[in-house]
Amino acid sequence: MTYIAKPPLRHPTLERNKVGYTRRDYEGKISTLCAGCGHDSISAAIIQACWELDIEPHRVAKLSGIGCSSKTPDYFLGASHGFNTVHGRMPSVLTGANLAHRDLLYLGVSGDGDSASIGLGQFAHAMRRGVRMAYIVENNGVYGLTKGQFSATADQGSKSKKGVVNSDSPVDLVGLALQLGATYVARSFSGNKAQLVPLVKGALQHGGAAFIDVISPCVAFNNHPGSTKSYDYVREHNEAVSRIDFITGREEITVDYGPGEVVDVRQHDGTLLRLRSLNTGYDPTDRNQAMAYMQQHQARGEVLTGLLFVDPLATDLHTALNTSDRPLNALGEADLCPGAAALQKLNASLR
Amino acid sequence: MKPIESINDFVVKFSNVNGSGSASANELFAKAILRMGVPVSPRNIFPSNIQGLPTWYEVRVSEAGWLGRRGGIDMMVAMNPQTWDADVAELEPGGYLFYDSTRPLPPSKFRSDVHVIGMPLTEICNAVYSDPRQRQLFKNIVYVGALSVLLEIEPEVIEKLFSEQYRGKEKLLASNVQALHLGRDFAREHLKAPIGIRVRRADKVGDGIFVDGNSAAALGCVYGGATVAAWYPITPSSSVAEAFQKYCGKFRVDPATGQNRYAIVQAEDEIASIGMVVGAGWNGARAFTATSGPGVSLMTEFIGLAYFAEIPVTIINVQRGGPSTGMPTRTQQADVLACAYASHGDTKHVLLFPEDPHECFEHAAAALDLADRLQTPVFVMTDLDIGMNQRLCRPFVWEEGRRFDRGKVMTAEELEAGKDFGRYKDVDGDGIPWRTLPGTHPTRGSYFTRGTTRDPYARYSERGPDYIYNVERLLCKFRTAADLVPQPVLRLATEPTRLGVLYFGSTSPAMDEALEVLTDEGVHVDAMRLRAFPFPDSVAQFIAAHDRVFVVEQNRDAQMRSLLVNELEIDPARLVKVLHFDGTPITARFITTAILKHVQAPALAAPRRDPELQP
Ligand SMILES: Cc1ncc(C[n+]2csc(CCOP(=O)(O)OP(=O)(O)O)c2C)c(N)n1
Ligand code: SF4
Repeated sequence: MTYIAKPPLRHPTLERNKVGYTRRDYEGKISTLCAGCGHDSISAAIIQACWELDIEPHRVAKLSGIGCSSKTPDYFLGASHGFNTVHGRMPSVLTGANLAHRDLLYLGVSGDGDSASIGLGQFAHAMRRGVRMAYIVENNGVYGLTKGQFSATADQGSKSKKGVVNSDSPVDLVGLALQLGATYVARSFSGNKAQLVPLVKGALQHGGAAFIDVISPCVAFNNHPGSTKSYDYVREHNEAVSRIDFITGREEITVDYGPGEVVDVRQHDGTLLRLRSLNTGYDPTDRNQAMAYMQQHQARGEVLTGLLFVDPLATDLHTALNTSDRPLNALGEADLCPGAAALQKLNASLR
Repeated sequence: MKPIESINDFVVKFSNVNGSGSASANELFAKAILRMGVPVSPRNIFPSNIQGLPTWYEVRVSEAGWLGRRGGIDMMVAMNPQTWDADVAELEPGGYLFYDSTRPLPPSKFRSDVHVIGMPLTEICNAVYSDPRQRQLFKNIVYVGALSVLLEIEPEVIEKLFSEQYRGKEKLLASNVQALHLGRDFAREHLKAPIGIRVRRADKVGDGIFVDGNSAAALGCVYGGATVAAWYPITPSSSVAEAFQKYCGKFRVDPATGQNRYAIVQAEDEIASIGMVVGAGWNGARAFTATSGPGVSLMTEFIGLAYFAEIPVTIINVQRGGPSTGMPTRTQQADVLACAYASHGDTKHVLLFPEDPHECFEHAAAALDLADRLQTPVFVMTDLDIGMNQRLCRPFVWEEGRRFDRGKVMTAEELEAGKDFGRYKDVDGDGIPWRTLPGTHPTRGSYFTRGTTRDPYARYSERGPDYIYNVERLLCKFRTAADLVPQPVLRLATEPTRLGVLYFGSTSPAMDEALEVLTDEGVHVDAMRLRAFPFPDSVAQFIAAHDRVFVVEQNRDAQMRSLLVNELEIDPARLVKVLHFDGTPITARFITTAILKHVQAPALAAPRRDPELQP
């Protein structure tokens, strides 16, 4: 058995939402990610958001690329169809799926390696096309699944677990999404459920391309030399028993901070992350202002979180293509095939 | 020097400069002959360039109906000084050289064994037109006018073509007719006409249609029910997507709402275009992309995923000279292996090989059915020669009431009734599992699609037996495909023979002619036209029934032969390569010569004796 199903037991008194589902109905298989991985907290937020929105799980299609983050759709919404595509290419597959059936809700899950490196092009084009979806990047600054290489969102000057210093500037996906025309742009932190859940809910209900960059610490990335809890240290001292990879579990990092507040979050590797939640007075409907505001805070070493931009009247690719209200995958011969008589006419025009 | 004399059976080649507007005039020439009831087959030969470089248009006129390239040129309309020497050299002895004599050329520039017809085209046009663009454009029409006198093409037919082309644009119509007659008047007064090659009205076109393969494939996608098309521009395939757009605009707009029953996306690259097709196929829409070799290279990771995750995908591959961007505007059949085994790991894909636009239409529609039925990528392997050239072919047919084959899709009702659903379970013994579409049922039938191995119920698994069950089932499915794909076409020689020939795709018209020439020479060859991979049993039987089988293909490495050897475990010695790969379409002459050489080789070979053998 190479997967772990959750036991189907349900407590009979579990609270049900308007469409009759309990929170358990929005869960999936048991996660195989490292204990304490930020990605699991994001899965929990998605579960919470869908339950609260009274979404029928089977009306969601969840698509992802490749990476630890991209594995997570298996761990929530078990009654939805899921698609783990290829590395960095979830946006195109989601675009095609969306074109085929416009009536489902599309949830795209990706990592920073997946979206900011190999998939940067697809990320950009999905944003500019206005594909209706909630696109969530679980951003940990590293390649988790391939074990700790820098991703393109890693900060300049940061050190990898192998001690290599990153000399490249980081890609800011939020800035890009804003510039490329995404109509719902937010950033959050995996451990801030109070902020993340409403943001996911907003993204799922949005009428166009919604993007959330979620900072999501990686446990395995806690690996600086000298730490006795580091990945390498544990493996060294574990040799007598086995040579398999071993990652120490960590407490999930959670934070709680109100609008306008700043918190310092110590990550698994000891680094500090300074998060500032948007002020209640902030107007998120002005794209230019959002970009300037974000950059000002970035210059101060702060990472701005919350809903940065939204166009409440956003439309999507289907509007642009003027596609039929009836989903394309539901059209039959009568709607699609011009028939034999039309073909005869066409033949005649080709003589 | 005896000039070539022939009625309704000759080859005219136009040598022009890219961007000079000659294309439509040359097409007009070909169409006029066709309208006189004489089959023609034109071919554009053009460089990878927009303006300035040489371009040719070769028209074969053949009352017998041969549509392949013949080889050799009977008349050269030499309008490009840059390629003059090569163009003149290409003429058959006794052929005709038509040129713009405004500027005199030294006698060394001519051949004594060809018939030279000079006409001061530039001078005539400069005298009549003041606008430089008009001088250029009408020069082309003026030479068509002169040719119509020399070859006896009816001017009324050309005028009718003009009136169809310029319907509602009276000024353009009048000026074109004027230019035509400018050419005709000059030719009548100053040239010796008619010449030895001539057109005479016939009735050999029948109900044939004249269309290019890319438009036909696009129309096949419309008829086959494709609703999502994602593509990225690449010669020679771009016009597939453009034609699809045009036909959808005509046939697929809901008259009540004005809404489109299709979605076309010009993607950012080929990876994204195939990704969209994969997503749409996964979600139950019929979807396709059109591309060429370099695009296929970029798509291969996704093609592997679609194969393994079992998602319907249709890819129209208009092949061109490879590898990579080798000869982007020349034709070849050089992606056979790249497509048959596209992607990493153990993969095999269904390939269809249309012979002409008629089959481009049929195979495109069939590919959409096959992709759904088999839940796998299906390639329609056309090439530049069929894709971008207009061909005379059988009219398109569509059986009224024909249903799309949507394959095994389990419905909500079936799930509700408790039917067992295992996404990757072979319940019918044909290797094809059932699938469900996203959103079908609240509690049953959902599954997770991925490129990694799973058990028959789509649960992630890295167990060896699960993997083997899965990949062996995929092989079983591939065997099922052999019965579903278009079957080969067998053509037996008039007399029993030990010789066979296998060919496919755009080689077809040249082969038809070659077989007749060979028969006339007393060489009998049974022929089989392959129409698909996987190969049905009849292919192995055909090879087994002959001592020597020629495999004719348009690539350097005998890719189809390799596929036959590999898949059918044939002794390579029995398959003789006949390979044409200079980027031009294969000719009947080439095939006949290659086969005759082989047949006569043992007889002609110099006596050889092993030096060890002493009497
Ligand atoms: C074409 C291709 N190249 C490389 C890989 C290997 N690969 C798998 S996951 C991954 C990185 C994932 O990083 P990220 O998206 O940041 O996700 P995380 O694991 O950190 O959540 C890479 C490079 C692959 N699967 N496919
Ligand atoms: S390696 Fe990092 S990203 Fe992957 S599961 Fe572990 S903690 Fe999460």
